[in-house]
Amino acid sequence: MKLLQIIGRVFIAFLATTGRLAIFAVSALSHCVRPPFYPRIILRQMIEVGYFSLPVVGLTAVFAGMVMALQTYTGTSRFSAESAVANIVVLALTRELGPVLAGLMVAGRVGAAMAAEIGTMRVTEQIDALTTLSTNPMKYMVAPRIMAGILMLPIMVFIADIIGVFGGYIVGVYSLGFNPSNYLQSTWDFLEVEDVVSGLVKAAAFGFIVTLMGCFHGYQSRGGAQGVGAATTNAVVSASILILSFDYVLTEMFFAK
Amino acid sequence: MSETPKIRVRNLKKAFGRKVVLDGLDVDVGVSESLVVIGGSGTGKSVLIKCILGILKPDEGSIQIDGEEVVGMPARERERVNRKFGMLFQGGALFDSLPVWENVGFGLIAAKHATRPKAKEIAIAKLAQVGLGPEVADLFPSELSGGMQKRVALARAIAADPEIIFFDEPTTGLDPIMADVINDLIVKITGEVGATGLSITHDMASARKIADRIAMLYQGRIIWAGPTGEIDRSGNPYVEQFIHGRAEGPIKMAVQV
Repeated sequence: MKLLQIIGRVFIAFLATTGRLAIFAVSALSHCVRPPFYPRIILRQMIEVGYFSLPVVGLTAVFAGMVMALQTYTGTSRFSAESAVANIVVLALTRELGPVLAGLMVAGRVGAAMAAEIGTMRVTEQIDALTTLSTNPMKYMVAPRIMAGILMLPIMVFIADIIGVFGGYIVGVYSLGFNPSNYLQSTWDFLEVEDVVSGLVKAAAFGFIVTLMGCFHGYQSRGGAQGVGAATTNAVVSASILILSFDYVLTEMFFAK
Repeated sequence: MSETPKIRVRNLKKAFGRKVVLDGLDVDVGVSESLVVIGGSGTGKSVLIKCILGILKPDEGSIQIDGEEVVGMPARERERVNRKFGMLFQGGALFDSLPVWENVGFGLIAAKHATRPKAKEIAIAKLAQVGLGPEVADLFPSELSGGMQKRVALARAIAADPEIIFFDEPTTGLDPIMADVINDLIVKITGEVGATGLSITHDMASARKIADRIAMLYQGRIIWAGPTGEIDRSGNPYVEQFIHGRAEGPIKMAVQV
């Protein structure tokens, strides 16, 4: 009996959270497109999400590109297909590694910070205070952050793609002995618009996931410092899991075309 | 009381899960009157204010502001009614990402009553009203002492010249002298603007000072209400116990939940 009770309770809690999240997401998106807007805050969040995350995302990308070059060389050299290295590196980066790694890094950096900030505002009644000052907290707090996430992640991933390819080029040319112009040529030749675009669409989706999770968990947090801590953890963990699972779903969708 | 009361609450009920907090509460606050609701911790004083402010949705009952029913009112209408309100939160609830003047002028800018430079002017005037100099305006809330934060929060509550001001535990966390200073300010300011006041507190010294009328909240209902002068001869054992702060009496503190 006890076991069934526990299973039931966990299941119901899961469904309730899913429902709350869905309502929160719809409401947040609807506030993104309805005035009043807060350009000052949107801009600040874009700088926070985009500009300040760039070093961390760029660093991740350069190493991802370098390691991809090394590993694919190991693999392809076993059947004398070393010329495919540049091609594989650029495909892996634009389609997968760029958006996923950027998403995960931003989840750790920005999603956590958002959950902590909004959570603290919740437990210190600052969110209630917004309501009493004729300001809708969903519009003022949540919508600008989500917009910043959706807009900035694709831009960052595009930059990360370039930096990652550069990382692969460094290793390819200086360590594996490729001819520089050949390497760039084969990077460029087999790259299709769709590879880059699918990566950027993923990036926008991940930007939405990360900021939504940060805002949602912060908004729902209860009970002082411990509640805020839990909200931060939940934001990062749930965003990471959702990024990886949606990555599969989106890839499947792009392939199905 | 022949005229329409500023706030009329009837049969207000609110429960969180199985825990009933407000259980058919009735209360009236007349025009320009200062009503103080006293009651122990966790008796639902804050819940009462949050229901009137529209931060929490009551389960049942009626709340009228100037004769207008606000329970179940559409959000846009509700925002119009909320402009009559000013609220002093227990912990101040100042926005720590904004300087003091933007905190004070926040409601004015949000409701588009003033441009930013104009709002700053008004904010400095309001700060002067609570005894703070213009040099405070550009500081951040975290740079202020507890008493100063309370004053800034008070300045924010009165910035939009509200008709009704709510005070949630205005003296909590302050030393007795600073508490008295804040009490004096509340009396002075509500008197100056002729605002209606609804305060909740468990600090009897504060209640006696700022109240025209006192109401005692116990187990989700108002069990006694009367002019401040009569509180010492209420003849109500619950009120007697509370104002004298005795551990023995009809009120049993729920030590275990």
